[in-house]
Amino acid sequence: MSNLKILLNGLIKENPTFVLFLGMCPTLATTTSGINGLSMGLSTMAVLVCTNFVISCIKKITPDMVRIPVFIVVIAAFVTILQMFMSAYAPQSINDALGIYIPLIVVNCIILGRAESFACKNSPISSIFDGLGIGLGFTMGLTILGVVRELLGAGSIFGVRLLPETCNILLFVLPPGAFISLGYLVALFNKFKKA
Amino acid sequence: MEKIKSSLSNMILVLVGVALIVGAILAYVNHITEGPIRTKAEQTLAEGIKKVMGSSDISVAAPEVVNERIDGKQFSFTIHKVNNATGQSLGSAVESTTMGFGGELKVLVGFDVNGCILGYTILSTSETPGLGMKAGTWFQKGNKGSVIGLNPKDGELHVSKDDKNGNAIDAITASTITSRAFLKAINQAYKVYMKHNKDTQTKQERR
Amino acid sequence: MEYLLIFISAIFVNNIVLSQFLGICPFLGVSKKIDTSLGMGAAVTFVLTLSTIVTYLVQVYVLNPLGLQYLQTLSFILIIAALVQMVEIILKKVSPVLYQALGIFLPLITTNCAVLGVAILVIQKDYSLMESVIYAFSTALGFALSLVLFAGIREQLSLVKIPKGMQGMSIVLITAGLLSLAFMGFSGLESGLRTLFGLG
Repeated sequence: MSNLKILLNGLIKENPTFVLFLGMCPTLATTTSGINGLSMGLSTMAVLVCTNFVISCIKKITPDMVRIPVFIVVIAAFVTILQMFMSAYAPQSINDALGIYIPLIVVNCIILGRAESFACKNSPISSIFDGLGIGLGFTMGLTILGVVRELLGAGSIFGVRLLPETCNILLFVLPPGAFISLGYLVALFNKFKKA
Repeated sequence: MEKIKSSLSNMILVLVGVALIVGAILAYVNHITEGPIRTKAEQTLAEGIKKVMGSSDISVAAPEVVNERIDGKQFSFTIHKVNNATGQSLGSAVESTTMGFGGELKVLVGFDVNGCILGYTILSTSETPGLGMKAGTWFQKGNKGSVIGLNPKDGELHVSKDDKNGNAIDAITASTITSRAFLKAINQAYKVYMKHNKDTQTKQERR
Repeated sequence: MEYLLIFISAIFVNNIVLSQFLGICPFLGVSKKIDTSLGMGAAVTFVLTLSTIVTYLVQVYVLNPLGLQYLQTLSFILIIAALVQMVEIILKKVSPVLYQALGIFLPLITTNCAVLGVAILVIQKDYSLMESVIYAFSTALGFALSLVLFAGIREQLSLVKIPKGMQGMSIVLITAGLLSLAFMGFSGLESGLRTLFGLG
């Protein structure tokens, strides 16, 4: 498989949000606006690329029986590093919005899933591309969901107001709106994928 | 290179090794980010105080923490006394916390020496995004529910839905509970601030 | 009274799945049948309460005194993983019946973000040990409740004709949305109860 193919695989065929339904917690929780969805997606992608690379590098020196604990330690380490850098340098509003979901990247099934199914079998370079592809697919899913919810619920996209306040459907920013919008987006994605 | 075997010594060696390396890396990153995190928190607070006092040329005294029992529950307030450039007292900025709709609501509110509200800012909230978040702008000057310039001395602030008289404020559309929590946070801050003022005055007089 | 409030609020008002979005994966994955969802609910309740006690003690007596707060995420996830393994081994030895009922769900729990989420939340909320235990237990009950309710709905759903494009995950998500909407009816309950109990 060429690296480009690996990249595209994550974006469409194995899109984590619309096809594999992995990492649903941050997908639903942090997508109250486009910018929040985007930053959550990018944070996850950063962790995914790093862990994929490191795990692929150390795959030879990791005994099979303690594979999972080693992966978890590596993932938790990168998540903690991200968490510290976020609270030091990211804008306060984004930090507040993502809150507890940053440390929870540790238990995001996407990351452990990719480590187990891809990184521990392939070369470090391919693993980076796999991380990029899946990460971009995840970011794309989160951003689309965030934009849809922001537009319907708050009448704006990335903070730019498009609809007057009287047209807002508050439901879409609230928790039920997350489930409902994602449900319809999945139906749409299925339609396009078949076409 | 051959993949190493899952013998006991190998497993222990690898696990301990990985844990040690990771621990060292984390300690290092913690060391270099500690400073920026602290300065950022201080900056956010300092900017908040400037904002709620409506003046940027100020000097802020060391914060004082006051614990007060309200309705049988312990609340903690932080009072930042603020002076202007010439050393004259402008009043204080008070951090106050109440229970809102879905969790804690923490506001920073600025009072002048007489207890008039100069400004406020929301420090942290776990309110419903979109709904409770509006509290950040709704009660500001020139908006529908403005509380700026009011003095809780003339009666506690309350939503106009509960009582039309006195310091009645229009609640945020569809979030009366958040509005009540917000106004309560301000009332509590006022009470603590005035009480604290009196205490420090009597202390000074005794000297 | 404060405990009762935490209890009710964690189950209904701030339901972990439907309003906090933690533990969505098992919520969507293990909710096809009421039986399995009951098993999963029970297993989560057990592990979540136990792991919260352990992580709380580790945070207060090990991480805080040593100034190692930055190892929180790392140590918590390892504790949870180890704990799940231990529970599995002990259960196998002590009560084979219970192991048969809960066994298959246990490995899934390590990656249930509700467990790690609650462990971190009780530290963030500055709860006492007692409050943490009650919070963890009632949160897990809330998880079990929503899981069983949802499974009930999904069993009915399999008998209904669904438009082709909506089949599969799509209709499941929308159903979850409606359930979440129903749970929103409980919001405001907490401040109502506060007034009732005179807690202000």
